[in-house]
Amino acid sequence: MTRRGSLLGHVLRHAVLLAGLVIMLAPFVWMISTSLKPPNEIFSTKLSLLPTNWAAVENYTKAFTKVPLLRYLLNGVIVTGGIFFLQLLVALPAAYALAKLRFRGRDILFTMVLIGLMIPAQAPAIPRYVMLYQIGLLDTYAALILPFVFSAFGIFLMRQFFKTVPDDLMHAARIDGLGEFEILWRIMLPLAMPAMLAFGVISIVTHWNDFFWPLIVIQTGDLATPPLGTLFFRNEEAGSDFGPLMAGTVVITAPLVLLFLAAQRRFIEGVTLSGMKG
Amino acid sequence: MTDGNPHDNPGERRAAYALISPAWAMFVVLLAGPSLAVVVLSLTDWQLGAPTMNFIGLGNYQQLFADRVFWKSFTNTFVYCLVVVPGSVFLGLGLALLIEGATFGRAFYRAAYFLPVTSTLIAMAVVWEFLLHPSVGLINVVLEQVGITGGDWLKNPGKALFTLAGIGIWQSAGLNMVLFMAGLKAIPPDLYEAAEIDGASSVWERFRCVTWPMLGPATLFVTVVSGIRSFQVFDTVEVLTKGGPNKSTEVLLYTMYTEAFNFFRTGYGSAITVVFLVVVLALTLLQVKAGEKRTHYG
Repeated sequence: MTRRGSLLGHVLRHAVLLAGLVIMLAPFVWMISTSLKPPNEIFSTKLSLLPTNWAAVENYTKAFTKVPLLRYLLNGVIVTGGIFFLQLLVALPAAYALAKLRFRGRDILFTMVLIGLMIPAQAPAIPRYVMLYQIGLLDTYAALILPFVFSAFGIFLMRQFFKTVPDDLMHAARIDGLGEFEILWRIMLPLAMPAMLAFGVISIVTHWNDFFWPLIVIQTGDLATPPLGTLFFRNEEAGSDFGPLMAGTVVITAPLVLLFLAAQRRFIEGVTLSGMKG
Repeated sequence: MTDGNPHDNPGERRAAYALISPAWAMFVVLLAGPSLAVVVLSLTDWQLGAPTMNFIGLGNYQQLFADRVFWKSFTNTFVYCLVVVPGSVFLGLGLALLIEGATFGRAFYRAAYFLPVTSTLIAMAVVWEFLLHPSVGLINVVLEQVGITGGDWLKNPGKALFTLAGIGIWQSAGLNMVLFMAGLKAIPPDLYEAAEIDGASSVWERFRCVTWPMLGPATLFVTVVSGIRSFQVFDTVEVLTKGGPNKSTEVLLYTMYTEAFNFFRTGYGSAITVVFLVVVLALTLLQVKAGEKRTHYG
């Protein structure tokens, strides 16, 4: 872009960016700040970032004891981990076959994947709910995990990646006597790590933050994922005890924010890819 | 391309079917089946748990199109999109231009502006609820310092939808920003030099003659993607307004959710889902078209 430019231009640019940043980050800053304050300072109209009397310990203790926050986080790990693992289990073999093997019907099956990419997650919600209702799986971990085992995006992403792997590698492996399963497991899988990580970011961010589906299938507090748990907490508080509530939201948002700060580039790449998914 | 190749070997084919069949089965049971079932259910009067199910043709759709709440919900969803899409697209574009042109701090700005995209929206909605609190919320307290009375952002029927749209812009601008950054990187630098030789000396001239035309396909793509995302607004509505006050924030997915999962009017909820699906699919086809255009520019 503009490689040169006046000093004034530079100063203006950073002034605008920093001002915008204050607005974008204000919710995060105020959330943390409030989680440290006692009620009388929260309800005062004097603005200050740091409390005069610290109430961090009280607020966070209350947040952890009023609702099972750790349980929510653990549920989040179980559900997102379970979904991602099963998605890979289904997607990797399919993607390998679609990218590297020749068989009748391959193009039709790939078209199915492309159609799958277009369907928004909420469209099949009602029949999925009815199915889970009929087999008695509502309000279980299975209800949170099973509907998402098929990921068109995962298959698509992996297939595009496997396409870039040279065929010679497979030919050599076949000459050495390896079967297709072994080729997938011993040769393709280690190579596919970057693609799997990119898909992992998307899958985990999507399902950790998903609210629509857990809201529908989960009634029991103990099975709540982090977003649903946040709602339970908010409803319990009836919107008055802001200190502990903000402490709770800090704890709920922390895992993804920390993960993001630790692996920014991969996150942004991954989510940019999924932007194409809509 | 090699479909039905006469030279393919049976062993390879068997392995391929074995490898792909789990995905195929899951596709049918979890995605294709339910997506078709929702269309079929939309033609019935079924309520979850009811012993009988009657086909009533387009009855649900007739009822839907005669329902004032549905139209309110439909228009609200579009109004929401009409605010969020331009807001987040222009903000995203502006940020991408400002950050890419900076000589230092690019990674920092990018990460900071991207933060709302990855943070758990439900938790942040609860934070926004506190920020928007009429008397002790940060927003009204700050506004009061400059002599403006903010009022109640979420309980005023004239303001609530726009407040939610504001949160929507806050949340999605960072995503559009990184999508635009990818588009900016694809513009060859010599085009700027050429433009300069041709007399495009000011920043604005260079933007008008090079950046904007080169970014055209990316802009179309980002706009459609934003449209699809914002059409699916649900989380902030459920947490902050529940469609109120006075149905002023009733949006399509929220109406579908209440009909299908609060009142268990499965058939009727399915009809709303079908309307939702038709709009999203139409937007997605636009996205595919936009994507094709974008790749031509590489």
